[in-house]
Amino acid sequence: MLSKFQIFKIGFFDVAPHLLSVIPFGIIFGAIGIELGFDPIMTYATSLIIFGGASQIVFLQLLSGGASPLIAITSVGVINSRHLLYGAVLSEYLNKLSLIKKLFISYFIVDQGFAVSNVYLKKNSEQSFNYYHLMGSGITLWLCWQIATIIGIFLGSIVPEELGLKFAIPLTFIAIIINELRKFDHLAVMIVSGLTATFFYNAPFKSYILISPLIGLFAAFLILKLKK
Amino acid sequence: MTWTSIFIAGFITYFTRMGMITLIDKNIFNENFRKILNYVPSVVFPSIIFPGVLLDDYGSLVTLTDPKIYGALTAIIIGYFSRNVIFTIISGLTSYWLLIFIF
Repeated sequence: MLSKFQIFKIGFFDVAPHLLSVIPFGIIFGAIGIELGFDPIMTYATSLIIFGGASQIVFLQLLSGGASPLIAITSVGVINSRHLLYGAVLSEYLNKLSLIKKLFISYFIVDQGFAVSNVYLKKNSEQSFNYYHLMGSGITLWLCWQIATIIGIFLGSIVPEELGLKFAIPLTFIAIIINELRKFDHLAVMIVSGLTATFFYNAPFKSYILISPLIGLFAAFLILKLKK
Repeated sequence: MTWTSIFIAGFITYFTRMGMITLIDKNIFNENFRKILNYVPSVVFPSIIFPGVLLDDYGSLVTLTDPKIYGALTAIIIGYFSRNVIFTIISGLTSYWLLIFIF
């Protein structure tokens, strides 16, 4: 049987390749915060309190552009609403944990951590302490995001813009879902949600990130109906 | 005002993270619901990938000659056959850099 620490380590190693996009993105975020005129403490506080990459950039951009705080807060809520779906998926594996543990683990749930730990939890749903995988991936991502933000705040845009490292973000997500491409139903659902997101990209409050997964899930529902 | 906004945005984000985990009742997990939840990664991540590849910084469609398209295709092909996360990311980035720096 694997110990808690061993499972934690698997979580770390599973998520490690994704740091290739998380670290540059964190540095870019820290630099953007300062460029937009926010002080270092405030810029860093968003990483600690909000801890949600893209939503932090949108939040600071909107506020510095003179948007009302209500609009900035709503946008953060909409962008991060996808966590509700992650939570629904993970709750099945975490339901036996105490409330305190659930509240603690929840803080560390982000896209890449959810993605890699979901795969592990699915395969090892009966293993005791399997949630340590989620902690391993989540705490690794959290720590790197905090450090990268601080580097960006103090050293500025040390990541050359010409490298186009923003492109590493879609690439890491491709790596995450690549195995699902083999299943026709998943492929169909991916195309539906991807095209919907592209179509609705300019919708207010970045709501494409909420609309397209819901349309995708509806497509999944229809596929399941047809399969029966 | 900004500090208040950061705390409210932080609280809302935290609620999106813990809401389902703490409040959802195990009994609503019937077989159909579980089957649909299986598709969550397949609906959320393409919603980030497609715009990231097909749109530019201003939200307009890129042209068919855009290096991002070929970088993404390379990553998909290499990823599909290698089943390796690192190869997928590196091959996508390398082909993208080759296109923007050499050609």
